[in-house]
Amino acid sequence: MSETFTLSINGIQVTARKGQTLLEVARKHGIDIPTICYHPATQSNGLCRMCVVEVEGMRLLQPACVVPAQAEMKVRTDSPRVHRARKTILEMLASTADLSEAPEIQRMMQAYQADPSRFPEAEPRHIPPIDDNPMYVREYSKCILCWRCVQICAEDAQYTYAINFSGRGYHTRIDTFYGLPMTATTCVFCGQCVGVCPTDALEPKSEYLLEQGKYPFPFR
Amino acid sequence: MITPDRVVRTVCPYCGVGCALELHVKDDLIYRVTSPFDSVVNQGNLCVKGRFGYNFIYHPKRVTVPLVRRYLLEGQPRPPRAEAPQASYPGNGSTPSPWDWIETDWETALNLVADHLVRIYRESGPKAMATYGSAKATNEDNYLLQKIFRALFRTNNVDHCTRLCHAGSVTALMQSLGTSAMSNTAIEVLDSDVFIVTGSNTTENHPIIALHMKRAVRERGAKLIVVDPRRIELVDFAELWLPLRPGTNVAVFSAMAHVIVKEGLYNRAFIEARTEGFEEYVKSLEKFTPEFAENVSGVPAEDIRRAARLYATAKNGAIFWGMGISQLSHGTASALTLVHLALLTGHIGRRSTGLNPLRGQNNVQGSSDMGVMPFHFPGYMRVDAPGNAEKWEKAWNIEPGGLSRELGLTTTEILSHAGPHGVRALYIMGENPMMTEPNLNKTRHHIEQLDFLVVQDLFINETGVYADVFLPATPFAEKDGTFTNTDRRVQRVRAALPPRGQSRPDWQILCDVAKRIEARLGRPTAGWEYQHPSEILAEVSRVVPEYAGITYERIEKDGLQYPVWDLKHPGTPFLFSETFPRGRGRFIPLDYVTAAETPDDEYPFILTTGRLLEHWHGGTLTRHSSLDELYPQAYVEIHPADAEMHGIQDGMMVKVSTRRGEVALRAHVTEKTTVGVLFIPMHFAEAAANLLTNDVLDPQARIPEYKACAAQVFPLHEEMLSPLPRGRY
Repeated sequence: MSETFTLSINGIQVTARKGQTLLEVARKHGIDIPTICYHPATQSNGLCRMCVVEVEGMRLLQPACVVPAQAEMKVRTDSPRVHRARKTILEMLASTADLSEAPEIQRMMQAYQADPSRFPEAEPRHIPPIDDNPMYVREYSKCILCWRCVQICAEDAQYTYAINFSGRGYHTRIDTFYGLPMTATTCVFCGQCVGVCPTDALEPKSEYLLEQGKYPFPFR
Repeated sequence: MITPDRVVRTVCPYCGVGCALELHVKDDLIYRVTSPFDSVVNQGNLCVKGRFGYNFIYHPKRVTVPLVRRYLLEGQPRPPRAEAPQASYPGNGSTPSPWDWIETDWETALNLVADHLVRIYRESGPKAMATYGSAKATNEDNYLLQKIFRALFRTNNVDHCTRLCHAGSVTALMQSLGTSAMSNTAIEVLDSDVFIVTGSNTTENHPIIALHMKRAVRERGAKLIVVDPRRIELVDFAELWLPLRPGTNVAVFSAMAHVIVKEGLYNRAFIEARTEGFEEYVKSLEKFTPEFAENVSGVPAEDIRRAARLYATAKNGAIFWGMGISQLSHGTASALTLVHLALLTGHIGRRSTGLNPLRGQNNVQGSSDMGVMPFHFPGYMRVDAPGNAEKWEKAWNIEPGGLSRELGLTTTEILSHAGPHGVRALYIMGENPMMTEPNLNKTRHHIEQLDFLVVQDLFINETGVYADVFLPATPFAEKDGTFTNTDRRVQRVRAALPPRGQSRPDWQILCDVAKRIEARLGRPTAGWEYQHPSEILAEVSRVVPEYAGITYERIEKDGLQYPVWDLKHPGTPFLFSETFPRGRGRFIPLDYVTAAETPDDEYPFILTTGRLLEHWHGGTLTRHSSLDELYPQAYVEIHPADAEMHGIQDGMMVKVSTRRGEVALRAHVTEKTTVGVLFIPMHFAEAAANLLTNDVLDPQARIPEYKACAAQVFPLHEEMLSPLPRGRY
């Protein structure tokens, strides 16, 4: 058994093992911390910052998915500061990405009373769907850049490295090298990326066609 | 985004890994497949076939009505096919042909099947009857099929494609250890420090096991040794790649054993405690020097030494192999060399070690367990060993001495014995021998000798064309049952959809066929009244000790790895911790054997065959799905050096010929193959690799030599091509 210690979350004393993140400890004790980019099957990177918590003695809010639990920490997962940060994160996401097929994020928006029109000057990203293979469709208007697809394609499972980030800042998107069609990349169409996508930006072709009443065309 | 009506958990119908699937269904359409991230076998990972390869279910060519030939409906004798006008389906062509397919009802079709099978049985006896089971069907389906042929027709002419994939491995493991399945669980490779992958393109054929292997290398620092004539993807992860010439396994692995013995790297304590025949075996190794192996295989002697040292000095060494070992005319010897390595080093009987033949199909392990084999009743009980037949006579309500104790014919032999004095009636459930048998030109001649052929399948495939009656069955998503995966895990298959059209689950069709045959023969009933497949498995569990503790309730979530000796037993992740089923592991001295055909001036290449990630075996499923869009055509792999010498450019049409046939297809010039070796995938009817392969058999395992024959290749201009024959109907 590795080293265990105690810390406090929301005033409750909890036990943790060395190496566990704050998120893991909290969830193990039934304390909810919302997450978007985090997925148990992929490496955590603290990208979306939805899981931020307040740790006494630390100046900045801490992403619970990557910060290791330490003895005697005093953590608040529900302070007004945490609440405001999460609400703002959701409002910023909603200002540029199409979250219509992300029910979990929609539920969070309700829970945090996030206002999707808070940033009226923000420009939503309109990227036409990319339908370049028989297996899945990429609709990057819905992409929130959580990085799950990139990681599962790389060393979190598949070791295929077909996709990565391209562009900078607002223009950042997930893409193949040189923007090649998926069939021209190393992609093996395992669809692991589809399996971890939280917003349906990656969608099976069959579902995409069924939404349009065209499935199982041409097989009906 | 679509909200599903239901999400049904089941097991993937493709390879032997046995991944958990969740089928998302809306209006009886599967539109999305996911996998639970807590699944024990695949941890949420899937490959292209599992995640996207299911829309064959909706293909317009799927047959969902029973079909019989016009001559049967009209009560005519079977007319010669060659002289009849072109048959059509449905039978409404302008010129009626006795061979037209006529849509009919189940009652008519089942009665015709029973009438004609019983007629032929009465005329010619048990030896005229034979059946192929299906490694794609459930345990329950397969158990019933062999029960019909054994209990009613008293024949052991029962086999399935295990003969064509791992018969060599099964025979070798039976002789040396007394069992045949994978000794360990695939995911244990994460804790192996050295492992050998040979004759297996794991990335394409067992993709999820390949993920475990890559993780073992990249995250756990394991060392991988690939022994394979092709530069498969796993070579990118390997410490050592031994690119041997196809058919020279015995030399390479015996040379590794030679090194292990000469350098004293063997495990003396293990050999003394657990094995027999060591001294004599060591004498037989004298000739297998690494230099000898280099000479015949092309693998540098120094690499053989390094591989031997790596494996022998590992803490936990494991061996994984595929058909490159078994599909040879010396497949048994070839697999034995791997058994020897494990016995020499003691890398067996512990976690993360072992001898692991990766089984190809989703349920090839289960079909073998269910006795769809000519030498064994369910549970690997030899038909010719005393006491076994008696157990099944009791279970099936058969008079003492009623069951046949004679060894039956194997897959390839069933067809080669077709004829008026041999096999006259054949019942094929979900197999496509007209794609998967070697030397298809000869196989076609054989199948034409049959008097009556019943095919039970989803599509009229290359074999269905020859059928007299076609019974429309259901795919995995439309039936309940169990599959047994490559690491012996018995898992639940669940119906997500109602059967399409009039199609019916195989087990129901078989029960109805059986009852009709039984009534006509006037035999006391062997028991065919099952309300649910769980009752069929319960019947198996009562007689087969390894399955005794398996019930549908117990495998509701994760499945159980047999042996499961009783209802409390937790299952067996790895075998042989105390002893081998035959007692001591046996060393069997070997001579050098190689492929039956070796290259010469006329046929200077070695042709080897195999599979692709995107397709599945005979192609009945995947070529009717959107996977065919992803990978629509055949090709032959040729090394750049060979291509240059023969004036072949990438993408060019070429003709590949052997002593048995020829195919025209595109050339893919690639270093994935080695100099002197051609590779053709087996899935494409329009350039069927098995028109070329050699039908020579391993004398013990009766497995054909798909992996090595002599071939020639030359450029072809498109105007030289004849039109492609299709002939689906």
